[in-house]
Amino acid sequence: MSTPQLNPAQPVLRMTGITKEFAGVRALSGVGLDLYPGEVHALMGENGAGKSTLIKVLTGVHEAEAGTVTLDGVPVRFAGPLQAQQAGISTVYQEVNLCPNLSVAENIFLGREPRRLGRIMWSELRRRARDLLSGLDLEIDVRAPLDTLPLALQQMVAIARAVDIRAKVLILDEPTSSLDREEVAQLFTVIRRLRGEGVAILFVTHFLDQVYDVSDRITVLRDGRLVGEYRTARLPQIELVSAMLGQELGELTDRGRGDRERPAGTPFAEAHGLGRKGAIAPFDLAVRPGEVLGLAGLLGAGRSETARLLAGADRADTGRLTVDGRTATLRSPRAASRRGIAFCSENRRREGIIPDLTVRENIVLALQAARGWVRALPARRTEELVTHWISALHIHPADPEAVVRNLSGGNQQKVLLARWLITEPKLLILDEPTRGIDIGAKAEIQRLVASLAADGMAVVYVSAELEEVLSLSDTVAVLRDRELVATLPNTAELTLDRLMETIATGGTH
Amino acid sequence: MSTTQPRAAAGRGVRTFLAQHRDYVPVMATAVLFALTLEAGNYRYLDFLAGQTIANLFVDNAFLLVIAVGMTFVILTGGIDLSVGAVAALSTMLCATLVEQHGWPPALVIPLVLAAGGLIGGAMGYAIHHFEVQPFIATLAGMFFARGLCYLISTNAIPIDDPVFTTLAQSHVTFPGGVFISWSVVIALAVVAVAFLTLHYTGFGRAVYAVGGNAQSALLMGVPVGRTVIRAYTVSGLCSALGGVLFTLYTLSGYSLHLVGTELDAIAAVVIGGTILAGGSGYVLGTLLGVLVLGVIKTIITFEGTLSSWWTKIAVGTLLFAFVLLQRLMTSRRRA
Ligand SMILES: Nc1ncnc2c1ncn2[C@@H]1O[C@H](COP(=O)(O)OP(=O)(O)OP(=O)(O)O)[C@@H](O)[C@H]1O
Ligand SMILES: [Mg+2]
Repeated sequence: MSTPQLNPAQPVLRMTGITKEFAGVRALSGVGLDLYPGEVHALMGENGAGKSTLIKVLTGVHEAEAGTVTLDGVPVRFAGPLQAQQAGISTVYQEVNLCPNLSVAENIFLGREPRRLGRIMWSELRRRARDLLSGLDLEIDVRAPLDTLPLALQQMVAIARAVDIRAKVLILDEPTSSLDREEVAQLFTVIRRLRGEGVAILFVTHFLDQVYDVSDRITVLRDGRLVGEYRTARLPQIELVSAMLGQELGELTDRGRGDRERPAGTPFAEAHGLGRKGAIAPFDLAVRPGEVLGLAGLLGAGRSETARLLAGADRADTGRLTVDGRTATLRSPRAASRRGIAFCSENRRREGIIPDLTVRENIVLALQAARGWVRALPARRTEELVTHWISALHIHPADPEAVVRNLSGGNQQKVLLARWLITEPKLLILDEPTRGIDIGAKAEIQRLVASLAADGMAVVYVSAELEEVLSLSDTVAVLRDRELVATLPNTAELTLDRLMETIATGGTH
Repeated sequence: MSTTQPRAAAGRGVRTFLAQHRDYVPVMATAVLFALTLEAGNYRYLDFLAGQTIANLFVDNAFLLVIAVGMTFVILTGGIDLSVGAVAALSTMLCATLVEQHGWPPALVIPLVLAAGGLIGGAMGYAIHHFEVQPFIATLAGMFFARGLCYLISTNAIPIDDPVFTTLAQSHVTFPGGVFISWSVVIALAVVAVAFLTLHYTGFGRAVYAVGGNAQSALLMGVPVGRTVIRAYTVSGLCSALGGVLFTLYTLSGYSLHLVGTELDAIAAVVIGGTILAGGSGYVLGTLLGVLVLGVIKTIITFEGTLSSWWTKIAVGTLLFAFVLLQRLMTSRRRA
């Protein structure tokens, strides 16, 4: 890794003593951060550490109680993202923040459309959007409404927008959480190019290898406080992790299926030629009680689509699904849930979390729905269950009455997970359950999945991270170009390289 | 991979078409509906499709068209404006009283009335944005306020015989063939054209769509959300006032009880025109079609003679229901 010269005379952006409270809860206390031109700066910390809050304070989304921000040595205080953008700070916030109803092209240029005589030049706008996206190796129909795109492509569009703003400071809050290797590589190429051009880049992620791959310096936050600022090259990974967690890493690496018995017996759910036009070609797949079935493949290979068909979230137009040996037509997630199938969608914003309800209400939602609205859950039982899962998943704040909207992104994800775990399903389908979750909690969730499987639950596990799929699954189903190309038992022969090769070649070698 | 593979299955083709043009589908449905209602009228009555019947459709609904255009802006942002009828009625009252009872020149009165409408709209927008009042509540208050002012001015109808107003009201644009329209129609169509250009070719217009799509995201993308909301309600207030002026010309009177319930007609026209109540999707040309559909239904029922005019309401209600249903289907299909 080339290390550009650090510490030029003056930081382009300096934050000092930033303190922010939400209704009495300290999210940030006295945090400072320096950003120099031509550096990539990673902002690290557990879920709820205050990373997104710091970014929102900086860009004027939130107003800080105390602290100063200087840009090029001049004190600034932005009233909103628009002002920050005009001052040269371009931001991709956590979760995709674009307008779902507008076209891809328009999302990229909203607010800075090319005009002539005050009139928006649509053809020019589309041409530029096409050029920009093809510069990023993306072939997207720029006229398509944004919400017809899969989440990962939406994320790339958001990044394209931020990059095109040509700011002197580029902020990316977990831009890679829904991306695959290739997209991440593309993004990093862009980041390095911008760094070369002297842009200061602030980058949030939970992927340690990405941090070491691309960043020059690291700032670590914990519980809203600054732990320290480090040079990446001089900070061993172990030390970074203990700085984030405030304790030694422990047995974080000991996870996954270990040497669990390979489950045999009759499948709980079995797909026979199940398929949906335009989403996934007909496939055969079976998952047994106690088995973790991992779905691997590149972005757009049909991972989520497969999961959604199995879960009844989308309707199949060919084939059939048998559950417990009987044919099941799953018309809705509700029908699936009655048969003991729980589905945790990748798109928590749209299909999962109800932001205005509390943690408790969000968690008991599925269980309550399964019981029907008439038979209310006994309050004490609810209390017990909710408390149990809050502590099992380390949901922070550990307050059942907190409104979910106010939780950090990773903690919202945990709430969603708890909602499905609480229903004690026979088949649990998890689409990217660890996206945006910090390493501590991620290991926790992986351990949990392994132990649920050990107790006889069937699990379908979708993840963009091949290591994760490989470490957890008993069986790996490989998807490619919207087709199931291989179903591999996860034996010692199945290495990461073999898996990647299968994904690349479609298993035909 | 990230590219979409071309796969030429016929079913897929239709689905892709619908996915990519889903914004136009409701408008197309409205156009078809308009053609059908016209055809129905034509089938039943001899001179239904005569040029003048069509022209009258515009003449009789010019004021509603202008009001509905303003409503389109508000609904596109995801809001609603219940005050439009009352603000329009207030405009008729202001025109009548200032011109007839105070003798002010119309050239001064009309701009003043428009400004008042814009001001009321802007104030409601301000309350909605800065005090986070529900649009329903804020504009309901605006409605009571404007109606209240009407009664304060006078509880009686005030007829207008000012020469400027009467000339304006009675002069026509005549087409070859003897079909004529009033100047109000010309003004209303100009409003539609300006609204179309604003919505599709200006930053404000695109901001309206962005805010309706997702206000939170729009804010984070640097769209001036507050300003956009306030402006949208200002536009609606302005359009209501202009609609009121056109109605003054249409009836040559000002009256506190004018235009009661017009807000509902305007909302119905916008929704039937294919604009989604949740905001972010719709076209002002759809609104034009929506107003015409309402107009045709009214005309048919008048032609019928024996039917109670309440049938109009029933027909409109049924249509509205059908369109909201269509919207549901469209939006639930969004995930392609
Ligand atoms: N609008 C809000 N109201 C109340 N509390 C909030 C609000 N926004 C954030 N918080 C709280 O502030 C703390 C920091 O949240 P933040 O989103 O900054 O975490 P984060 O470091 O970005 O975590 P993650 O990795 O999960 O995204 C959390 O405890 C969160 O619950
Ligand atoms: Mg965050």
